[in-house]
Amino acid sequence: MQIAVLQATTLGRRAVVRTARQPANVVFPLIFPMLLLAVNAGGLKAETQLPGFPTNSFLAFALAVPFVQGALLATVNANVEFARDIQTGFLNRLALTPVRGLVLLVGQLGGLLTIALVQALFYLVVGVAFGVRLETGVAGALLLLLLEAMIALAFASFGCWAALRTGSTEAVQGLFPVFFVFLFLSSMNIPRNLIETDWFRWVATINPVSYLIEAVRSLVIADWHWETIGLGFGVATAMSLVGFALASRALIERMART
Amino acid sequence: MREVLNVAKGVAWRQVHLFFTNPSFLLPSLLFPLFFFTAFVGGLSRIREVPGFNFPLGYTAFQFVFVLLQSAAFSGVFTGFGIARDFETGFMRRLMLAAPKRSGIVLGYTISALVRWLTVISVVTAVAFLAQMKIGGGGVDLFGLYLLGLLLSIAGTMWSAGVAMRLRSQQAFPVMQMPVFILLFFAPVYVPLNLLEGWIHGVATVNPITPLLEEGRGLISGDPTRTLLSFAIALGLVGGFALWAARGLKRAEAAG
Repeated sequence: MQIAVLQATTLGRRAVVRTARQPANVVFPLIFPMLLLAVNAGGLKAETQLPGFPTNSFLAFALAVPFVQGALLATVNANVEFARDIQTGFLNRLALTPVRGLVLLVGQLGGLLTIALVQALFYLVVGVAFGVRLETGVAGALLLLLLEAMIALAFASFGCWAALRTGSTEAVQGLFPVFFVFLFLSSMNIPRNLIETDWFRWVATINPVSYLIEAVRSLVIADWHWETIGLGFGVATAMSLVGFALASRALIERMART
Repeated sequence: MREVLNVAKGVAWRQVHLFFTNPSFLLPSLLFPLFFFTAFVGGLSRIREVPGFNFPLGYTAFQFVFVLLQSAAFSGVFTGFGIARDFETGFMRRLMLAAPKRSGIVLGYTISALVRWLTVISVVTAVAFLAQMKIGGGGVDLFGLYLLGLLLSIAGTMWSAGVAMRLRSQQAFPVMQMPVFILLFFAPVYVPLNLLEGWIHGVATVNPITPLLEEGRGLISGDPTRTLLSFAIALGLVGGFALWAARGLKRAEAAG
């Protein structure tokens, strides 16, 4: 057990260090969501005048989006590196060592979680610096970080699956637009009950990303709304389990081939 | 001149062929504008109820103009990605050796960007009409609107070609993409300029894309108000970035 923890920590640290050594992979996931937040917070401020809008600060309303978007970006970047490991044969060489497949997966996901948490802290600090006050206070902020870890894990497990299944950096990069579609067709810019177009409201309702965003948003603007928070954690957990199961299966197949 | 055109024809044909035969080039170009249009129109249509939102044709036409300009600018950026890719694979070096007039290379890429944009905007326009977009302007107004997009597409191509020819690497993608993204989204995308508040209002007021967007919305509703300024800006962008691309070509030639 102790050896497995050591192996997972080493692989996780490798994933973190490798990301940290590529400035584009560090700066882009930090800056791009903040840029989009700035654009939307400025451009959509007028939306707070709609009857029934839950807050008078669009910045607080939209702060949930970078948390989900940042997890997406971190996932894509880290799993592109994972796919590169497969392409360059690093995974094949690793398969010759006593490292177990499960440990390899946990190490990869652990590294990604660390990156996602650093990003989440950055978004939180920026939000607070620009005047956002969490309705749930410090305890809410801690729960927010936990939720962010779960969200990152959910996306990361699917990213790992794609990397292992295809072994192609381009295929993993191709996931970004797919994730982005899920993000934009959610309640990221407007509460679901205020969406006027029926089909869009329906898509946003069946889109799991809506529930992730709404859970984060709830912690920022709505005090302890346990149903929304629970739904967010539930969706993230379910996605993680499905993704992890798919990734584990793909890993077995990948190892068997080598 | 004939040599320039021959080179341009060859380069344009190759790029257009690549665009239509490779789904990984065709789909993002086509899907991204469609997806922005759908997400904005579907999700944010209630914005028209905000006090002070006085665009007469509704939110579909309001967002259509933004997507038209955005797709135009990004058709240029995507073409720049292709140029950078050609540098990395070594194709550009062979092309430069073979081309008797190298300015034809830039012209060829520009033509392919226009074909790319015209394809994309035809689909987006069809979808907009399916979504019951209203039009207030006449034929001349609509011609003006598409001409504005065409000029922006050329400007976008020249900008990204200049970057690609200087950096000659796919690492240049963010350098091409980010400034265009920032310029486009720091304009009045979701609501008219008068409804923007604070710093974004200040930025949007001096953003050169804002007059283009306002003119586009004026043209589609048959009430253009900033025609001279917007076309002057568009032509200025084309001229300035053409110079930028030409100097980039010189640098690429000097680099060997």
